[in-house]
Amino acid sequence: MLRLTGLAKRYDRSDPALAGVDLTVPDGEVVALIGPSGAGKSTLIRCINRLVEPTSGSVVLDGVDIAGLSASGLRAARRRMGMIFQEYALIERLTVMENVLSGRLGYVGFWASWFRRFPPEDVRRAFDILDRVGLAGFENKRADALSGGQRQRVGIARAVMQAPALLLVDEPTASLDPRTSRQIMQLIVDLCAERGLAAIVNIHDVALARHFAHRIVGLRKGAVVFDGPPQALTAEALTAIYGAGDWAAATDDA
Amino acid sequence: MTPLWRRRTTRTQWLVWIGWLLGALAFAQSWHTIAETTEWDFVWDAPTQAADMLGRMWPPRWGYAPAILKPLRDTIDIATLGTLLALLLATPVAFLAARNTSPHAVLLRPIALAIIAVSRSINTLIWALLLVTIVGPGVLAGILSVALHSIGFFGKLLYEAIEEIDPTQTEAIAATGASRAQVLIYGVVPQVLPTFAGVSVYRWDINIRESAVLGIVGAGGIGLQLNASVSQLAWPQVTLILMAILGAVAVSEFVSAKVRAAII
Amino acid sequence: MTPEPAAAPSVWRKPAFIASAWVRWALGIGALVYLVSALGSIDIAWGRVAAGLPRGWRFVASFLAPDFLSRGDEIVDGLTESIAMTATATVLGVGLAVPVGLGAARNLSPRPIYLVCRSLIATSRTLQELIVAIFFVKMFGFGPFAGMLTLTFASIGFIAKLIAERIESVDTAPLEAIRSTGASWLQWVNYAIQPQILPRLVGLSLYRLDINFRESAVLGIVGAGGIGATLNTALGRYEYDTAAAILLSIILIVLVAEYTSGLIRARLK
Ligand SMILES: Nc1ncnc2c1ncn2[C@@H]1O[C@H](COP(=O)(O)OP(=O)(O)OP(=O)(O)O)[C@@H](O)[C@H]1O
Ligand SMILES: [Mg+2]
Repeated sequence: MLRLTGLAKRYDRSDPALAGVDLTVPDGEVVALIGPSGAGKSTLIRCINRLVEPTSGSVVLDGVDIAGLSASGLRAARRRMGMIFQEYALIERLTVMENVLSGRLGYVGFWASWFRRFPPEDVRRAFDILDRVGLAGFENKRADALSGGQRQRVGIARAVMQAPALLLVDEPTASLDPRTSRQIMQLIVDLCAERGLAAIVNIHDVALARHFAHRIVGLRKGAVVFDGPPQALTAEALTAIYGAGDWAAATDDA
Repeated sequence: MTPLWRRRTTRTQWLVWIGWLLGALAFAQSWHTIAETTEWDFVWDAPTQAADMLGRMWPPRWGYAPAILKPLRDTIDIATLGTLLALLLATPVAFLAARNTSPHAVLLRPIALAIIAVSRSINTLIWALLLVTIVGPGVLAGILSVALHSIGFFGKLLYEAIEEIDPTQTEAIAATGASRAQVLIYGVVPQVLPTFAGVSVYRWDINIRESAVLGIVGAGGIGLQLNASVSQLAWPQVTLILMAILGAVAVSEFVSAKVRAAII
Repeated sequence: MTPEPAAAPSVWRKPAFIASAWVRWALGIGALVYLVSALGSIDIAWGRVAAGLPRGWRFVASFLAPDFLSRGDEIVDGLTESIAMTATATVLGVGLAVPVGLGAARNLSPRPIYLVCRSLIATSRTLQELIVAIFFVKMFGFGPFAGMLTLTFASIGFIAKLIAERIESVDTAPLEAIRSTGASWLQWVNYAIQPQILPRLVGLSLYRLDINFRESAVLGIVGAGGIGATLNTALGRYEYDTAAAILLSIILIVLVAEYTSGLIRARLK
């Protein structure tokens, strides 16, 4: 279970990007985080694994307070949180297999990773996961030879490889076509169900969010302004999150 | 009245003119400095000299070829070993100098940048002049001077390449819980490896040219024979040596271009 | 829950960069053999090196106490000559490199001119400055005039090649647009090509200015003027404190030049 209390972030001298967020995500729940550009969605996700240092507040994952951890403690905590990026953030010049195995870096020592000698169990799991995300036989291709959808599958495989308790997903579909977007969302949701993972998914496509998430959280100017099941996301709620607009298309769907 | 159109305002136009004027004065002064110390009789005589020299240079003295095989090989060794040594030394310097990988931005980074600046400002030949007085004449001085100048060249290009990497790739590795060293080898090294390889062969190619003249100051290689032949006015020998150098340079340029094309 | 297939392999090897094992081993062994024989062929006179080491320390130490004064006049004269050679050679070099570069651009000039310009560039780039300087000294006599010609010749090859490459990769739309206005060849170059290559030309000239200065410091070794002769003499007499003073001056001038040219280039962007 992930619990955020009073989480705040202010980049130097500007308005706060996060203004005290309280949020609890139980195991297995997929939360869609929506909100206008600049609302602080990416900042929220990055504060959770401390790629961005929060200014105040606490982040507790399964009883461990992330904010107070030393460098090595933080590394151990990061293993429990898989991250998936909009632009995939694969190591372009490495093979698919190396990218997937890089999810185990927090578990293996330096020399083992230098010589690419991962434990047999890790390699076996990597093959399984590649198979699961639909990339069986792709292990020796270089990441820069893949299509966008395939790359995102590698990104997902890398995150799942960490054996995480939580997935942090930042706009996984923003660079993909509509059909691939749905497939990728489906894959993420299915993996969460299979492995009992919680997930926070930043997403701009409200229709996708409604369709796939168990719960929707609306962020505006760094504060939570909506928190409820997809059905509760009415036109009024959308106006509260994004400002006035015509929401017919977004609310009809689902 | 039709409005006038001008490319520059009057003020900037004036500044431009003044700039040109100052430039011209500096040029004239520099020219004067050179002209003062020039024996113009020699200069006017140059065409005759050149014709005479070229006449004496042909045909090359083929019989001299066996004598330059070993120096030619030394020249290539100096360039290769010097480049390798420089690469070995410059890699850590580059990581210390790059803003995003330097372990200590206030203390170590300036030191690394200073090493790069000093090494680059002093030419291979000057390093050679110096090293010959320290380790004595020979191939060793040549290798060390090639290495000492190449460190700065490598260091600069490599640290710039490191600073230009895509930060989200390294972030993604850090987010898996990897240690600093692992972030370096998985997130940074694959991104900069092609640049490292390309820059290395490129510099090796330049170093072949450089090591061909190192012998002039006694630091090993074919330059020694070149210098000796010129001072004995043995022009047919000079021709043969020049041909050997040109051949080596052409081959190295070809190899370097091929390797760089294969990497990209 | 989807059952995971049990029989996934538990070993994986990164595919080798060179696919054929035979070629891989041959290259590896070849490289090793070369390296060993090259290292073996360096005969190091350890006695000489040991004798030289204290001198090496003396040199490093003299950087902390450089002597600018004992040979002050010679240093000033040498540096003035170096700077003069650098300035004139860069101006002449750039001036001559522009027509050569235009001539060496495939999309601009007729075949014969192209070939002539390309061979000029190739000659200038393959011959190390010091070799050229030796010949120019034989032809024009000792002194900075030969040095200036050497640097000019080297600058032409360096700049013309890069300019020609830049011209060959210019955006062709403006070329056609200006040509279709009925402009003459010169107008065409002036309006369609010059704006596209000018920033690069300025950048390259500043960069070459820098290189020329560093090169000017070695030409003195073969008598082609500049600070190199003074440096050579100082080192020959083991006057490391004077040598350190000269080297520090060179480093300082290079750094100032690099910094200023950085500023100028940033303003032109
Ligand atoms: N590294 C940074 N330095 C300074 N300010 C930042 C930084 N990153 C984000 N911000 C600011 O913090 C605020 C929240 O940004 P954030 O990226 O979290 O928004 P977002 O909701 O993810 O937006 P988007 O939907 O466009 O991705 C913005 O005002 C942004 O300008
Ligand atoms: Mg964002």
